[in-house]
Amino acid sequence: MATGEVRKRLGLIVNPIAGMGGRVGLKGTDGAAILAEARRRGAVPVAHGRARRALDALGREDAAFDLLAVAGAMGEADALACGLSPRIVVVGGAETTAEDTRDAARAMADAGVDLLLFAGGDGTARDVFDAVGDRVAVLGIPTGVKMQSAVFANGPEAAGRLAGLALAGRATETRLAEVMDIDEAAMVWGRLSARLYGHARVPVARGLTQAAKSGGGAGGDDALDALARRLARTMEVGRLYILGPGTTTARIRAALGLGNGLSGDLLAIDAVRDGAPAGVDLDEAGLLDLIDDRGASILVSVIGGQGFVLGRGNQAISAAVLRRAGTENLVVLASLEKLLALPDRVLRVDTGDPATDRALEGYIRVLTGPDRSTMMRIAA
Amino acid sequence: MTEATKQSKLRRYHAARWDEPVIHEMGHPGRRGAVFSQAEEGVRAAVGDAADLIPEAMRRREAPALPEMDEYDVLRHFIHLSQQTLGMMGISLFGTCTMKYNSRLMEGLTARPEVRAVHPHQDEDTMQGTLAMIHGLDRILRALSGMDRFVFQAGGGADAAYTHCCVTRAYHASRGELEQRDEIVTTIQTHPCNAATAATAGFKVVTLMIEENGYPSLDALKAAVSNRTAALMINDPDDMGVYNPEIREWVRIVHEAGGLCFYDHANFNGVMGKLRARELGFDACMYMLHKTFGAPKGNGPAVGAYGCTEALAPFLPSPLVVEDEGRYRLDRDRPQSVGKIREFWGNVPVILKAYAWARAMGEAGIDEASDLSVLANNYMEKGLLAIPGVTKSQPHLTQRRLEMTRYSVGKLQEETGIGIFDIANRMVDFGIDAPWLAHEPWLVPEPFTPEAGELWSKEDIDQWIAVLAEVAREAREEPETVKTAPHNQVVHAFDPAPLEDPDHWAMTWRAWQRKHRKGKHD
Repeated sequence: MATGEVRKRLGLIVNPIAGMGGRVGLKGTDGAAILAEARRRGAVPVAHGRARRALDALGREDAAFDLLAVAGAMGEADALACGLSPRIVVVGGAETTAEDTRDAARAMADAGVDLLLFAGGDGTARDVFDAVGDRVAVLGIPTGVKMQSAVFANGPEAAGRLAGLALAGRATETRLAEVMDIDEAAMVWGRLSARLYGHARVPVARGLTQAAKSGGGAGGDDALDALARRLARTMEVGRLYILGPGTTTARIRAALGLGNGLSGDLLAIDAVRDGAPAGVDLDEAGLLDLIDDRGASILVSVIGGQGFVLGRGNQAISAAVLRRAGTENLVVLASLEKLLALPDRVLRVDTGDPATDRALEGYIRVLTGPDRSTMMRIAA
Repeated sequence: MTEATKQSKLRRYHAARWDEPVIHEMGHPGRRGAVFSQAEEGVRAAVGDAADLIPEAMRRREAPALPEMDEYDVLRHFIHLSQQTLGMMGISLFGTCTMKYNSRLMEGLTARPEVRAVHPHQDEDTMQGTLAMIHGLDRILRALSGMDRFVFQAGGGADAAYTHCCVTRAYHASRGELEQRDEIVTTIQTHPCNAATAATAGFKVVTLMIEENGYPSLDALKAAVSNRTAALMINDPDDMGVYNPEIREWVRIVHEAGGLCFYDHANFNGVMGKLRARELGFDACMYMLHKTFGAPKGNGPAVGAYGCTEALAPFLPSPLVVEDEGRYRLDRDRPQSVGKIREFWGNVPVILKAYAWARAMGEAGIDEASDLSVLANNYMEKGLLAIPGVTKSQPHLTQRRLEMTRYSVGKLQEETGIGIFDIANRMVDFGIDAPWLAHEPWLVPEPFTPEAGELWSKEDIDQWIAVLAEVAREAREEPETVKTAPHNQVVHAFDPAPLEDPDHWAMTWRAWQRKHRKGKHD
């Protein structure tokens, strides 16, 4: 690296208890009671091994950077074990807590880190997001029990590699990725309950694999923007268009000239009619009120990484709303890249009403660009 | 370590590296390759100044900025450049490219004046041989496919796919259904040119995903087709080497919906002589003469041979070569034709090479070649899967792959940090061509797809496997060697990131000067 260039800064946070519940049959490790139960069942820390694998992979990239790590078991120990010499951020006491994660993330953001690499699960991702929002790029080393959030790399090595590329200035772009909020208290008892919590900024591995061959750019984003413009241009007079949460539908709001979100909120469900807002930040009752005999289309995206189109972050688009609008008027939009990255390449719905879920089972056309669609199977 | 890798001796290869400037930076003012004598007085008086022969508006205002060189230096420079390549005569196992030996005899034939000097505006009576040959290849391809008529106008496979889209448009328009039928169905593992040409021709594209069987399900197809379906465009086997055995049912479903079915035969090598597109129900198909039929492949002239049934023949591009009682002529009187896909009637030297290849191989030879290509691939698969860290796409499938297999080094990358680009960069250090990876989008991580074909010997295939095994060993034991490769090549490792930067890339000398030599070159 040329002298005089500003060295990038990496922040490292390891949640040492993340993932402990998994091996002993618990569905998470959040909260003191669950952690105690995990330890009682003989759980041992798994985060350190996975964090070190990521740091080793990071070390294989030619990135020069300054490292900030949380003191002790929350990062320092793993950095030292991998031959790195971190500057230390001190938080909390002996037993690590969610508050420690938030404090550390905030301190690192204030110290101007270029990337915050954290090892943990969905709970850790949520804590990091709480502290830094989308002002700092973050990347998760998956070590938790559940990784529903789209801020995680596919594995420890992939996380290390991507971090290395970002620090070496070879992955300079970022995108907004979903942070999911899982109700672990419910999960432990076997119920999956999640909602879209927010959008964190993550680095994009553009050029990591494909670019050298294709020279292509972030094609999925361009295709989605073109699709959003097409949809905005071809909206029918009088018809209601319900826009679900997320960055994909936000492109339609932008194409309509209605800003990033009608309510300025990527988590909100909005509706437009004749190019103008018909409702903002709507709940189920609000949606039901707006749907009339002029017809309605429900435009939703796919939650990256888990494939939910209904029931995660858009619960207000309920079975009753779908019935009134007609399930054939459900329109799903996603980039082809997102669809390919889904486990099993299957879409999922969870409207809370098994009959509606069953009615939605089968194949649906997911719009991936103007005049481009991909047939995807919906499994309830 | 497998038998193959034990027996193969790795070569200590090193590429020639001349470290010469580009030709624009060579030469010396006033140097010339050939000096012409002055025209005689009488000639000059009669003709005038040579420059005046060029119309005023077409005359250059400034002389072109060409390097001034003598003939010897020019020849030496280009010989050096050729020495810096692997020559396309190595072990070049490029999946979907179906690399074959391009015999010197064919080059000799196409260099003969009877071929080289033919002009498409000549009178038909003076090129009966050329037309006979085109007609002859048409007949051979009809026999291989069951189709009723071929045309060779398309300048490549994608051009032939586009031909199909144009024919599809004309067919549905003739039935008054074009406005209604605006969708073309394809699969994620069909060559992307099918989706691209469908979109270019104005159709909406519906793509089917691969499912558990290794190909899309019939249910997905049924959900995709409707009275809006104009056509299905599909390959079989796909680029992962997986053959879809339900293809006849696919064709039936699309026909029932009123759509046409196009068989992209890019991967014909594994099934040639074994099946006919027409017998599976297809309305049209495409062969690449520059791949499967032995003409050279790789950025030179190419031909996508497009064939169809009698029902679609009226819509084919014009002209067609027809035979009338022993005489061949060009039929241009075809009122329903889509017109021109490309100028004239195709790259004739490529048609000649394919014709000669097919005649030399014969029916039995073509059949045997497909057996050999499938055998070679399955032999190779055993050797490659014995290398730790190399896995096969869709490993749960038990059916054998045909003429190629998609592999992944995702596991090796997880374990070592060494990915397929690093491996490709290192393999060329052993004097073999880097493998072809996969069409986009990638469905498996870190993919590569070798195709052994019928050309390469067992020794060559063993050599290729041994090289990959060696690079995989290096990835574990001396990863830096792989990471910083190539070491024995003309060009060493470079940072690919600027390739995505429009301010950096330069496709021409002029662009290079504009972007990189600002202020340095006056």
